[in-house]
Amino acid sequence: MYDVAIIGAGVVGCSIARELSRYDLKTVLIEKDTDVANGTTKANSAIVHSGYDAKPGSLKAKLNVQGNALFDQICKELDVPFQRIGSLVLAFEEEEMKIIRELYEKGLANGVPQMEILGKEQILALEPNVNDRIIGGLYAPTAGIVGPWELAIALAENAVENGVELRLESQVTNIEKQGEGYRISMEGQQIDARYVINCAGVYADEIHNMVAAPSFKIVPRRGQYNIFDKSVGNFVSKVIFQCPTKLGKGVLIAPTVHGNLLVGPDAENVDCKESRETTMERLAFIREQARKSAPNLPYHGVITAFAGLRATPDTGDFIIEEAKDAKGFIDVAGIESPGLSAAPAIAVYVAEILKNMGAIGREKWDFHPMGRKMIRFMELSDAEKAEIIKRDPRYGRIICRCENITEGEIVDAIHRKVGARNMDGIKRRVRPGSGRCQGGFCSPRVMEIIARELKMDMTEVVKDNPKSYILIGPAKSSSVLRENLDAAAASKTW
Amino acid sequence: MKEGEHMLNYDIVVIGGGPAGLAAAIEAKKNGVDSILVIERDRELGGILQQCIHNGFGLHIFKKELTGPEYAQRFIQQMQELGIAYKLDTMVLDIDENKVLKAVNCRDGFMKIQGKAIILAMGCRERTRGAIQIPGTRPAGIFTAGTAQRFVNMEGYMVGKKVVILGSGDIGLIMARRLTLEGAEVKAVAELMPYSGGLARNIVQCLEDFDIPLLLSHTVVDIKGRDRVEGVVIGKVDEKRKPIPGTEKYYECDTLLLSVGLIPENELSKNAGISLDPVTGGPVVNESMETSVEGIFACGNVVHVHDLVDWVTEESRRAGKNAAKFVQKTLKKNGICFRTEAQRGIRYVVPHRVRVHPGDETVDLFMRVDDVYSNMNIAVRADGEKIKTVAKKHLAPGEMENVKISVNSLKDRKGGILSVSLEKEGV
Amino acid sequence: MDKREMICIVCPVGCRLTLYEDAHREKGYRVEGNQCRRGEDYGIKELVNPTRVLTTTVKITNVSLNRLPVRTDKPIPKGKIFECMDILHQVEVQGPIRMGDIIIENILHTGVNIIASRSME
Repeated sequence: MYDVAIIGAGVVGCSIARELSRYDLKTVLIEKDTDVANGTTKANSAIVHSGYDAKPGSLKAKLNVQGNALFDQICKELDVPFQRIGSLVLAFEEEEMKIIRELYEKGLANGVPQMEILGKEQILALEPNVNDRIIGGLYAPTAGIVGPWELAIALAENAVENGVELRLESQVTNIEKQGEGYRISMEGQQIDARYVINCAGVYADEIHNMVAAPSFKIVPRRGQYNIFDKSVGNFVSKVIFQCPTKLGKGVLIAPTVHGNLLVGPDAENVDCKESRETTMERLAFIREQARKSAPNLPYHGVITAFAGLRATPDTGDFIIEEAKDAKGFIDVAGIESPGLSAAPAIAVYVAEILKNMGAIGREKWDFHPMGRKMIRFMELSDAEKAEIIKRDPRYGRIICRCENITEGEIVDAIHRKVGARNMDGIKRRVRPGSGRCQGGFCSPRVMEIIARELKMDMTEVVKDNPKSYILIGPAKSSSVLRENLDAAAASKTW
Repeated sequence: MKEGEHMLNYDIVVIGGGPAGLAAAIEAKKNGVDSILVIERDRELGGILQQCIHNGFGLHIFKKELTGPEYAQRFIQQMQELGIAYKLDTMVLDIDENKVLKAVNCRDGFMKIQGKAIILAMGCRERTRGAIQIPGTRPAGIFTAGTAQRFVNMEGYMVGKKVVILGSGDIGLIMARRLTLEGAEVKAVAELMPYSGGLARNIVQCLEDFDIPLLLSHTVVDIKGRDRVEGVVIGKVDEKRKPIPGTEKYYECDTLLLSVGLIPENELSKNAGISLDPVTGGPVVNESMETSVEGIFACGNVVHVHDLVDWVTEESRRAGKNAAKFVQKTLKKNGICFRTEAQRGIRYVVPHRVRVHPGDETVDLFMRVDDVYSNMNIAVRADGEKIKTVAKKHLAPGEMENVKISVNSLKDRKGGILSVSLEKEGV
Repeated sequence: MDKREMICIVCPVGCRLTLYEDAHREKGYRVEGNQCRRGEDYGIKELVNPTRVLTTTVKITNVSLNRLPVRTDKPIPKGKIFECMDILHQVEVQGPIRMGDIIIENILHTGVNIIASRSME
């Protein structure tokens, strides 16, 4: 019997798992996919918002501002890339300046520190590449950029190091009230837990409805993006927003923590919860919108496009509460933007809820907050590079030539606590395949390393989940037909 | 340099052990430079030729039709006979303007290498799906043609059973045949342009021989399949290359191969502060194949994408010979200086600068045209005055053109612009 | 047939050939559009008995790579390509191999050998 079962290992589930791993609890983190961070967490704007956007008094407002403040410490503890680069909202007309002032007021009410309303010249001095037709804007220096999947992976890893059990490839098919807790059924396995935390992202309504009367609906809202090559990564230095409209926060332009440039998203409600395809019309729309912020956006530098789904609730705010008719079942649902920014605060908030239920006792004396550092070869000094290759020659073999990722880093990513098991897993942890060649050169070699380290055949290495096979088999040949060959050879028919 | 830090010294360091690097190193050695190091990032010499197992290489240089590995082997053997040093599985991380390289491998660890001259021969990489913005899902089963070629020809794995190929560049055409021979069904090759980007002979022997349809003015407008490619939608495009609504057709397939162009790989060149030509994507070079940084030379696909390896060899020999002269301090400088310019019908001209010295014989200009033409003249003008015309029956962007100019026609001029353009025959 | 057009594939130039039936010629055809002698030979052969050089790989063991590139040492009849592939799919060789080593002699009684197109140790 587990004390707590967390369903869904996105950044929210992983944050909660790590937070709960501070306490003397038997916790299990359940994920349907082959890896953590495989849903909304892997495809979003990667931004830590400052918090002026949400309605004062809402959970979104409160947890965004609180969460933002927690990022420095968490990212330092877990060695996650995070930069507090600040954000700008651009206004192109007086009407929009009115919205800027509203945002500023909301920000004050929400407790956002250090905001400033800037004039045209001030903004152009900060960001020379933005459209010079702007008339002013809102500057929020506490906004930042983060590696969302690196964060979730590091949180999961630290949670596991502190005793949380992670079950991957475990899709929840049923939940039943049973005695003092719940019985959770997954394909081929069942577990019992006193408390259940529903962090199932776009599927949170379906999980909720397994044990409680429907009380909310999650609409998957798709957003599409383009990623640009590092050579144009410094086109802007801050997160550049447009004035929010009824349709959303608009298309943003931002550097990423890896030095690329990210442009997007649009917002489009879709029917299917797996609808992560990009479309020509929408990418064209984003391009047109982004050009409003920066007319010279270097579109020749695009290296890829992707789409993600926001878990948009029909209630207007995050839903973080015990389900009314299911005691001990806590929904953490509708975590759309600013969900990533709020995640650390959501975890603390959920721990409070559990405390109030009497579910949480002492803090563990041996909780270890520090994650094991990752060696990022290209960030080392020359002397450190020399030293690490001496210690482990695999750091001297560059596998990804776009980003100079070494075999040592890839092997480490495979053998860590929450290790990579497929191509996307490696890509998210150490980035081969994220560069300008998009894996053209390195994919055969990365596959070879995965196969060797996990003792499988090359043909068993997949992109993401088990059906995403890459090779269909060895080139036609040999062993099967060996007998025929021998017979043929014997008779010298050729 | 910090104490204890070791610096390796060579007269010439060649970055890249493919056809360009090999030819350059060999030529430098033959011209009297002994201290040469070739650095190759792959596990063997020969570069991309080792996976190009088809024939068609070497007709100009060797008057023989060789396969890629056979062509490579001739140079590798010569390298070894001449005793030229090389390091495999070694990556250059950085070059600075003082010609100091930082490189790593497993055996030697972290190295700093000083060259008196450097020859850049890093080759090119393939354009990807993202670069051409094909929408749709992101499943497994989308490969660039070259990656698929490596899997099939070197690693020995099949990439799919039912295949659609986007782009009719030579690698795409070659792979259409290769996958067909290996038992796959190649359903179609779609080409955005109204003409193929590959050689005519490859259309015949790779597509027509196997009844594979070539869809000109078509492109992939959508990719279907969540985990693995399940199909692609191909549509016709108008003259502006925009898809025409209503022309979409679904092709069931498990694999999409992309053969949509090559891009010179110049990240290291940028670090060294070398000027690049935005059209070719490669360094700006002069007649000696020297870049804007004195003593750093470049050759092969890192300068501009070639259609035939024979031209790469020729160009690289020129780079190797001149790098040797640079080391020996006999490389001619100054001279009468011309800047080449691509005009009507011509996309680019290499070299970008031409310096003429008395005693030289010819200047070679390489170029690509911007469309398909027939019965046109390539005209070269020095400061507006026509000095050479070459009649061409057939011109296509997929094929590189070469014009030789005699130095006699330049040596009595003051320099200026050397322009190349296309003209109707008889004008 | 009195006239047929084709593209010469002997070399990368890709000459556009036109063939006319011509009883006065020794081989029965007149070829136009070729820039060299080989074009004429190719055009006529392509009509009478089209052949191709086959390049592929065979399985190899005992060396670092899995596949050895091989080729026919002369062109083989176009119609025999798949038959040839069927045989080559069954071949497995052991390294080391030298470039030019004969892998299969006189394949399908064509008088053509399959040879290794690179060395592997």
